[in-house]
Amino acid sequence: MKGLAELYIQQFRTTLAMMLQYRASLLIWMIGHVLEPLVYLIVWSVVAGTGGGSVGDYAKRDFAAYFIVLMLVNHVTYTWIMYEFEYRIRHGSLSFALLRPVHPIHSDIADNVSSKVITLPFMVAVAGVLALVFRPALSPEPWAIGLFVPALLLAFLVRFLLEWTLAQAAFWTTRVSAINQTYFVLLLFLSGQIAPITLMPHPVRVLAQILPFRAMVGFPVELLLGRLTLSEALTGLGIQAAWVIIGLVLLRVAWRAGVRVYTAVGA
Amino acid sequence: MTSPAVHIRGLRKTYVVSRQEAGARATVVDLVRRRMQEVRAVDGISFDLAPGEVVGFLGPNGAGKTTTLKMLSGLLHPTAGEVTVLGRVPWKREKAFLRQITLVMGQRNQLVWDIPASHSFELNRAIYRIPQEDYRRILGELTDLLELGPLLSKPVRNLSLGERMKCEIAAALLHRPSVVFLDEPTIGLDVTMQRRIRTFITEYNRRFGATVLLTSHYMADVEALCKRVVVIHHGWLLFDGDLSVLVQQFTQHKTIVVQLGDCDADLKAYGDVVSCSDGRATLRVPRSETAHITERLLADLPVIDLLIEDPPIEEVIERVFAQGNT
Repeated sequence: MKGLAELYIQQFRTTLAMMLQYRASLLIWMIGHVLEPLVYLIVWSVVAGTGGGSVGDYAKRDFAAYFIVLMLVNHVTYTWIMYEFEYRIRHGSLSFALLRPVHPIHSDIADNVSSKVITLPFMVAVAGVLALVFRPALSPEPWAIGLFVPALLLAFLVRFLLEWTLAQAAFWTTRVSAINQTYFVLLLFLSGQIAPITLMPHPVRVLAQILPFRAMVGFPVELLLGRLTLSEALTGLGIQAAWVIIGLVLLRVAWRAGVRVYTAVGA
Repeated sequence: MTSPAVHIRGLRKTYVVSRQEAGARATVVDLVRRRMQEVRAVDGISFDLAPGEVVGFLGPNGAGKTTTLKMLSGLLHPTAGEVTVLGRVPWKREKAFLRQITLVMGQRNQLVWDIPASHSFELNRAIYRIPQEDYRRILGELTDLLELGPLLSKPVRNLSLGERMKCEIAAALLHRPSVVFLDEPTIGLDVTMQRRIRTFITEYNRRFGATVLLTSHYMADVEALCKRVVVIHHGWLLFDGDLSVLVQQFTQHKTIVVQLGDCDADLKAYGDVVSCSDGRATLRVPRSETAHITERLLADLPVIDLLIEDPPIEEVIERVFAQGNT
């Protein structure tokens, strides 16, 4: 455990040094993370305005709350491993990871968490400014705030584990970008990034219930907005925990099979 | 007898690759039925390395050297045969195994590109769990031997090829592996840098008794570092033994260089005249007659100086590879 902590600390330093090398691209990256939810926020506010003040049970200021919280949750749970993995396999840099006596996922988690820690203050500041402008309706119960913390953590884990697993498709195919595209479209619709899932048509809601996307983003957002009952919140946490376990199992199976393929055909 | 550090028996690696022919018709046929072809990269080689030995692993491009090194370091799963390194099966990639080996690939880099190498070193310290005092001492030693001092604080992308290679080697040796696989560590480097890296490898081997298997296309590397060489070609073992034996076995000639007053004398009677200028003649003679011809030269001509040499190692190796082709 102590060894791993040391690794995480070193990775944090490395990631920080890397990010400081590219401050401009870092800024552009963060602006992108702000713009997307901001566009949806404005679109839905306009729609609510023309539709008699609300869409379903979301009024203008509810949309503001939803998309500002979503922006933060998405930022915390976001990963870029699916782009990264393909590069590693194509360019053979995975070989170096395989030569090391540590599972490469540790460096990836540490790298992800480090860059989040570094960029979070900026995102929180932006959220503050947006709150002043859009005046979100956000007054969560204390229990909802309490459960939001584990929900956010689990959301990160579900997303990280499943995306890390999916990224390993690169072991079998060189056409990973097609898989990535499909995945991101599904994620956009079914995680609640484009609109609250409760506003979606019935089939989409059912699909979102079965698939893990809501557990990655939408669930913690709805929780903090006070749109869930206590029992719905606890069920949601249970579903997240189940996806973490499924993710761990899938990741292990895919990794073993993938490394077998990689070491069979040449690195 | 101590058990070998590296043990290889009947090692084989076959790749299945799709065979694509040029032309529209062939492309359509390929779409329907892809034709697969087996390529035998390594085809049944066997040899052992004793602990502490430095061995040169030679062969032309595509001979199977890199494939073999990858099987030895656990990056490739052999198709058949037996491999153990320090008594462990590499492809299982046990932590205890990975901690004791390293693979340096001259054409690839493990250092993080945009930041100084010292970050990558620290990261390796954490990955290999090297205690802080050991790390400081080892890094100090490596910094001295490789003259890394001024390089450590520069971003890796700003280093020259040679400087980067030195940092790569240091990063790969921080955990002080007892078995070191070097795949063309001097590729693309200038002569001075090549020599520095050679000196370093000798020193590392001497100080820590590490077993080293090294591939290189520069014969100077091999001559300086390796008493023993293993030569492969088309995946087969062509030769395994002392470099001097290789030279004897594959060359039927020696070179005699004689310094005379001028080039007037008729030297054809003594051997093939390779060149003659300013009274300095180079003759190629059959190995078995070297002594006899030398004697005649000294008796017949006003010889000022005389030198008997083996042909350059490059020439020998070329002959070895050529023989492997037939």
